[in-house]
Amino acid sequence: MLVFGQFLEVLIGGLLAGVLYSLVALGFVLIFKASGVFNFAQGAMVLLAGLALVRSLDFLAARGVPTWAAILLALLFAAIVMAITAALIQKLVLGPLVNQSDLSLFMATIGITFVLEGAGQMLFGSDVYPLSLFPTDAWFILDSVFDGGILVNKLDVWGGLIAGALVAGLAIFFQRTKTGRALRAVADDHAAAESVGIPITWIWFVVWLVAGLVALVAATVWGTKLGVQFSIVFLALKALPVLIIGGFTSVPGAIVGGLIVGAGEKIAEVYLGQHIGGGIEYWFAYVLALAVLLVRPQGLFGERIIERI
Amino acid sequence: MLYREAGQFKTSYAADMAIFPIRQDRIALLLLLAFAFVGIPLLAHFQLWPLGSDYMLRAILIPFLILALAAIGVNILVGYCGQISLGSGAFMAIGAYSAYKFGTGVHIPLEFIGSEIAIPPLPVLPSILLGGLMAAIVGILFGIPSLRIKGLYLAVATLAAQFFFDWVFLRVQWFTNYAPSGSVNAPDLVFFGYFVHSPIERYLLCLIFVTVFALIAKNLVRGNIGRQWMAIRDMDIAAELMGIRPLYAKLTAFAVSSFIVGVAGALWAFVYLGSWEPLAFSIDRSLQLLFMVIIGGLGSILGSFLGAAFILILPIMLDQVPHALGIPISVETVSLLVFVVTGSLICYLLIVEPHGFARLWAIAKEKLRLWPFPY
Repeated sequence: MLVFGQFLEVLIGGLLAGVLYSLVALGFVLIFKASGVFNFAQGAMVLLAGLALVRSLDFLAARGVPTWAAILLALLFAAIVMAITAALIQKLVLGPLVNQSDLSLFMATIGITFVLEGAGQMLFGSDVYPLSLFPTDAWFILDSVFDGGILVNKLDVWGGLIAGALVAGLAIFFQRTKTGRALRAVADDHAAAESVGIPITWIWFVVWLVAGLVALVAATVWGTKLGVQFSIVFLALKALPVLIIGGFTSVPGAIVGGLIVGAGEKIAEVYLGQHIGGGIEYWFAYVLALAVLLVRPQGLFGERIIERI
Repeated sequence: MLYREAGQFKTSYAADMAIFPIRQDRIALLLLLAFAFVGIPLLAHFQLWPLGSDYMLRAILIPFLILALAAIGVNILVGYCGQISLGSGAFMAIGAYSAYKFGTGVHIPLEFIGSEIAIPPLPVLPSILLGGLMAAIVGILFGIPSLRIKGLYLAVATLAAQFFFDWVFLRVQWFTNYAPSGSVNAPDLVFFGYFVHSPIERYLLCLIFVTVFALIAKNLVRGNIGRQWMAIRDMDIAAELMGIRPLYAKLTAFAVSSFIVGVAGALWAFVYLGSWEPLAFSIDRSLQLLFMVIIGGLGSILGSFLGAAFILILPIMLDQVPHALGIPISVETVSLLVFVVTGSLICYLLIVEPHGFARLWAIAKEKLRLWPFPY
């Protein structure tokens, strides 16, 4: 029973950690769906949003603004920063690069990554800033069933709840609002959408804005977990295998992919890692993704890739 | 007026198929090579401008040559065969660590049959080439998924190689001969009894490698196999229908590319770094190589050199600018500023010239042929 309890603890911890990867992967999926751009800069956007949030929060708190107002104002400020970023990226980089090859666009987003990392840290500082929006202590559940119970991190549960709310919100946005429907049309076929009068540059701005807001949400959770610091940009690299497993174009895929990666790498680390040397979390997700790709080249939920001559 | 091919008649098939069909190109290349092989060492020897100190050779020219070699390798895969790879850093690492193992002697105990594989330490040149060969073998293995997945999916899949080998060289101590710090030292660079030691000698060594491999690469991409790669790049299904075997074409591209990248990795470790850690071949290195290839020009050997020069020298220059202008800002701000400027320049270059420096060079040549007339 104890062994099963430990397994369950690892599994739950992994699944909840996976939700946090999904938060980053979601931003990728939104942009890829709507503009076909593989956005390497998502990690840098998380960093920028986190820095804007935590620095303005510190600034307001130091001036004696009540906590709830400070949090709201800081969130607003960070959202505005992300909106400006989205507008600049769309106007200066992606607008002129329309119709370039996927690879060029991908490299451009790596360029954007450098700019965001540099500018974000120049504007807001480059130390480690602790953020404490959510409780970080642990719960012990199911004490009655297992000896000592199962340890569950409260922050991870918050992350799960937020991710759920976010996906629900995005689903409503995509299904019910006019802009959301326009977004789906653009995702389906750029040229056709444009020909029926959908303003495509506006839509791309909206997509980058939404991705920026998703990055902000991810930053609140990850910032509480790790502190807002430069290493957050490497989250982007953790989110890539999530995308591959789920498929580049699927929002549910990003969630399921995150769960698989989170649970898989925790289980592998605990049960496999001790046999072949620790730290296999570092690459396990990628090898898992490679295995999935060999069976399903478009990921679990991705649209089937049809090639014509 | 000078650059014109009028009157240069080709009377044989060989002349028609020459790498540089225009005489002025040949002369320019020979002058460039003469300068690289004789001029620069002489300047460095007599410590004349701009080679007054070792710095220029050690910190700019040697890394430039090695990274240009690696960029040629990446260009074969990405530019000629169209298979995006983000794992080049890993293949450099494989080249470096395999060369190190061959250079210091391989010893694999096979306890279950009570025997062992033992290879005595090899000289440097075979070690480096064997390093490239190991990289090629691993490259073929990681190239197999390319038969099934394409484009950006493949790019992310190659990241698997990157992260896996980062981990392997960090954790599996056999590769570092159980060095406690995890960092290893290159063996002495002795070629045919000659000890390559001074910066000038190291520079010449790299130059020889780069020249030979650039020539091989240039001829490969012009030949049968290169045409197969390009057909696969342009449209793999159509190429397959024409009778090109994707398996053969893609895997040879992976093999040749990884070989060159592996040799470059071994040189980077042995000649440039001297002692190194796995960190020297991280994902940043892969991205840097990909940038070189894209900024320089996909599908161009010349572009690999131009891109390598740009990406390598840009941060070094930017570091100097505030200092030279006398603007007092902290070292940290400078490094962040370098990030911002590099990123924006990359975006800018992608926007103004998506085909890279190689295209600019081609345009310039075209203009030069007509000069002083507009058309």
